[in-house]
Amino acid sequence: MIITLNGKARQCDAPLTVADLIATLQLDADRVAVEHNRIVLLKGDFAAIPLRDGDVLEIVQFVGGG
Amino acid sequence: MQIEINERPTEIAAGTTLAQLRDAVKPEADLCIRNGHPEREDVPLAPGDRVVFIRRGEIPAAEDLEALLAARHTPGVHARIKSATVGIAGCGGLGSAIAVALARTGVGNLILADFDLVEPSNLNRQQYFVDQIGLPKVLALRDNLARINPYVRVTAHNERLTPENIPARFAAVEVMVEAFDAADQKAMLAQVFLNKVPGKPLVMGSGMAGFGPSNTVVTRRAATNLYLIGDGETAARPGEGLMAPRVGIAAHHQANAVLRLLLGEEPA
Repeated sequence: MIITLNGKARQCDAPLTVADLIATLQLDADRVAVEHNRIVLLKGDFAAIPLRDGDVLEIVQFVGGG
Repeated sequence: MQIEINERPTEIAAGTTLAQLRDAVKPEADLCIRNGHPEREDVPLAPGDRVVFIRRGEIPAAEDLEALLAARHTPGVHARIKSATVGIAGCGGLGSAIAVALARTGVGNLILADFDLVEPSNLNRQQYFVDQIGLPKVLALRDNLARINPYVRVTAHNERLTPENIPARFAAVEVMVEAFDAADQKAMLAQVFLNKVPGKPLVMGSGMAGFGPSNTVVTRRAATNLYLIGDGETAARPGEGLMAPRVGIAAHHQANAVLRLLLGEEPA
């Protein structure tokens, strides 16, 4: 399947959850916000949401300081 | 002829001088500002002159103060933002500076939340004073904002924000600001606010530690309702601390993004 991640097309193998994708990208799930088809997800839902062909994701990673 | 006295249009007799007007309007004034400059000598007034009479150290009367404070606000902008409500989660280096900027701009309603106390180490970048050490940040900030612009209505929540209380605390905001320190708390606020209070913009900060180049701090739209400010990578860590200049740059990017959103403009 092909998803759009942060504006770029990306080939992925199904089945793949949001949590799987975060792990594949080597991101820390505690430090990201994920918008899946224009809905921002709660962290507890990452492992429960399967990705489908054509899905659009924005993954935003945060660093500390403020 | 018509002039402005203390920012209000007023009709006066032609040929009136500045000293005559002061004696009639505010004889106790010890400063006469005409068209933006203090006048030491008496001068004849001309139509359209803008005159402000000040007694040093005196707080102007309530009916004059709001007009005086609003004198440099852009017409139309002030009316729009005076009725606006903005939430600020975290009142540290980012949040305190953002609150000060928005209060000076004239945003009418601010909802502040922080559980922390003012510590000496905060004073390297946060908008507090030595005599406020030990006070809850939200209460110290509310006092400081009242000294800047008493017409801002400030709601202060002296508590830790959690996934449970965030939706209720900030349900009424038009624009939300994330100003936390810890990356996992930034992520938590983004998830909860954007998921539970949908359709409202969130302005966040990420990456403003150290003294790297100013121009690497940018404003960008990172998701539908998420605006992200910072260089995206410079985390606070030993050897790369948070400092007033770059934290201030990011905070004012955030404040300007809030202002643009309130005025219907795209921040990035």
